Amino acid sequence: MKPINEMKLEFVSKSSNESFARATVSAFIAQLDPTIAELADIKTAISEAVTNCIVHAYKSSIGKIYITVQIFENGKSIIKIRDKGCGINNIKQAMEPLFTTGGDERAGLGFAVMQSFMDKVRVSSKPNKGTSITLEKNIIPRFIKNGQPS
Amino acid sequence: MDVKIKLTGNTLTACIEGDIDHHNAKEIRECIDQKIEEESPNLLELDFSKVQFMDSSGIGLIMGRYKLMHILDGKLQVINIPENIKKLIKLAGLASLNIIKE
Repeated sequence: MKPINEMKLEFVSKSSNESFARATVSAFIAQLDPTIAELADIKTAISEAVTNCIVHAYKSSIGKIYITVQIFENGKSIIKIRDKGCGINNIKQAMEPLFTTGGDERAGLGFAVMQSFMDKVRVSSKPNKGTSITLEKNIIPRFIKNGQPS
Repeated sequence: MDVKIKLTGNTLTACIEGDIDHHNAKEIRECIDQKIEEESPNLLELDFSKVQFMDSSGIGLIMGRYKLMHILDGKLQVINIPENIKKLIKLAGLASLNIIKE
């Protein structure tokens, strides 16, 4: 299936870009006419993924973060968040709720949030090469939400 | 992002406005912790009525203040949680700490 629209975003791993990333992606996905709740889910998941790039992937450096978004006619959206940072040694451990290497003030819930707020989460990572997170969310078309054809 | 703090008796109320993410959690935390240190309240109320967005950094912020108030023999309460943030609060299991005021 071919996407009906797509976009690419590239920005440096400064924490001030966290709000930029979630606002931009949600503005793009707004084309699918999501509910406020669906949009809040996406914003939160993006914020977690981008924060991971900033806090972990580029821990003591500034690097680039790449986001691509594709949207499809049936309401599906695919969001990829990629970095060229330190990579994850143990993906299974990193995805466990409450596991964090981020210190006392980090909840360790980033992946748990992505998994429960999105329909699908895929993680691929190579130490010293980088990490790629693929998030999928099915936006329920408005005519189904309303229970009648548009 | 802005934090408005007021003291009523032994209760310190911090009203957080705007987004809570990793970028501004530190500033919010420092602002609240400084007041806690100055006033040693019995109860810290985090008023979320003006929070527009929150990710797991907000959970870290709540948990950190919970621990701090516990050390100081005080209590924490999170009040006026907007509908769109409840899902995250529930996921984090904060309900079991008895700090959420409906």
